[in-house]
Amino acid sequence: MNISALILMIVTVGTVAGVTIYLFVKVLRTPPNPEPDSYNANDDVEERQKDSE
Amino acid sequence: MAVQNEGWGSRVGLILAMAGNAVGMSNFLRFPVQAVQNGGGAFIIPYLVCFLVIGVPLLWVEWSMGRVGGKYGHHSTPFIMDTMGKNRLWKYIGVFGIWTNIAIAAYYCYLESWTLSYMFHSIFGSFEGLDQNEVASFFDNYINLGTSTFGIPWEPVFFFLICLLLNTYILSKGLEKGVEKVAKIGVPLLIVFGIFIAIKGSTIDAGEEGAIFDSLDGLNFLWTPNFTDMWSPSVWLAAAGQVFFTLSIGMGTVHCYASYVKAKDDIALSAMSSGWMNEFVEVVIGSFILIPIGVAYLGLDGLKELVNLGALSLGFKTLPYLFMQWGEVFGAISSFLFFSLLFFAGITSSLAMGTPWIGFLKDEFNWRHKPAAWSFGLIILVLALPTIFFFKYGVFDEYDYWAGTVSLVIFALLESILFAWGFGITRGWEEITANAEIKVPNIYKFIIKFVTPLLLLWVFIGSLVTPENGDWEAAFQGNWVLDDSSIIKKLMNSGIKNELAIATDPIKIEFLQNQLFYVNASRILLVTVFIAFAVLVYLAYKRRMKKINV
Repeated sequence: MNISALILMIVTVGTVAGVTIYLFVKVLRTPPNPEPDSYNANDDVEERQKDSE
Repeated sequence: MAVQNEGWGSRVGLILAMAGNAVGMSNFLRFPVQAVQNGGGAFIIPYLVCFLVIGVPLLWVEWSMGRVGGKYGHHSTPFIMDTMGKNRLWKYIGVFGIWTNIAIAAYYCYLESWTLSYMFHSIFGSFEGLDQNEVASFFDNYINLGTSTFGIPWEPVFFFLICLLLNTYILSKGLEKGVEKVAKIGVPLLIVFGIFIAIKGSTIDAGEEGAIFDSLDGLNFLWTPNFTDMWSPSVWLAAAGQVFFTLSIGMGTVHCYASYVKAKDDIALSAMSSGWMNEFVEVVIGSFILIPIGVAYLGLDGLKELVNLGALSLGFKTLPYLFMQWGEVFGAISSFLFFSLLFFAGITSSLAMGTPWIGFLKDEFNWRHKPAAWSFGLIILVLALPTIFFFKYGVFDEYDYWAGTVSLVIFALLESILFAWGFGITRGWEEITANAEIKVPNIYKFIIKFVTPLLLLWVFIGSLVTPENGDWEAAFQGNWVLDDSSIIKKLMNSGIKNELAIATDPIKIEFLQNQLFYVNASRILLVTVFIAFAVLVYLAYKRRMKKINV
């Protein structure tokens, strides 16, 4: 591969992979809002019910 | 105990379902074909720019529109748009958001069934020992409803019915227990399968396993920046078109999925997470499969010749043969994994196409979920039959062109105008940034208001009056001859009529006359379906008015 192709490939693939992973990790690490939220999972978890009070 | 409403189970589930909606077969087939046809390195930079100035803003716009509609109990675009715009006609523009999905699903489920069938053919050795022409003939025989090696009569119909039943059954289970569950399994699996094939595909050396070139030559072609050809409007038009396809924007599915998100929850980060996940699959995985493998075995010229036959032709007529060069067992496994990833990519998208219709029936006519889901299956069955039985006359391509290409641009253009100018950018910006868990760059306020609608208008006009051979320079100098691929020429059936004018063989003439008939008939069918949906929207509106008056 020539150098310019290699640079463009590494920069693009690295950026796309990096941003994707960063955003997904941010989603996973952000604590959910107190109930009632948009998602049915954990609706019955007691601690989250307390948060909403 | 909390009440379990129709909605998403978890935020990760929603993001994977959105990503699954966006990730489709085009990530692995259409993207590389567009890249090859538009000069490889000349395509990739415009593509990335279009993603940032068309894709990203439209994702935020559609997620916001969905969440706004959800506040008022709307889960399909006719009444989402009606809520946002003062003009009563917006709800009829919103019909696109149901019609497009139904029309695309009709041929897409059929396409999906090919991947299902090819998974079985790969693993049971149907491609073993076949040369390139025989693999191509296998596909031709298949779509012409011939009996394949499994001995099943009308095998494409058989696999299509399985596929449609599977889709409808999953849809009938609801968002959380159906669509989300499939996305949670399908999206990670297709990423794993894709990475496996991409690693193998991009490490082929010339002389090994029948390869005539290094697969790195293919990557070289794709990634070498080409600043000379990059400025051609045709390349930018193709890049913008690919961004549409790949993100499933301008369809109405994003609105529907996002309408189940409550006002207090974020959409800015979720939209970006799912959109970038799609880009990861397309750029990081999709670009390392078809082009490097194709160049390794066919050479760059051979690949360029084949891509002119279209993405599907390359995927189904050529790739199984190329995989088989890796040995009987490894080739069969690779082929199976490739068609499995296409199947997962396909089914997570086709499921999304069913949800706006189901949402519409439930919201407006008080249908229960299951009958609404099965009605979707029934409509798709009826609309798909012409694409199966008259495939050779181009009915499949007509659906794809009008519903899967033109309609997306029109709807995206109109919704961007509604959002930025009808609803108002100030309110729109508040919606996008409300409870956002990332900082949305302020520049996007300007982009959404001016840049995106103007670019979409340019894409639409560019497609409407594409000059011959994409020669924009000649067109602007006054020699504006329309290309047969332009919307106007397509509408006039110029391509078929030109062929008919020079044909001398009676069999060819009869075929072209039949083709003309089926092409026009399929357009009438699609228009009829659109009008029928518009009538349903009108009836729903009347029902609403009646309730208010009572």
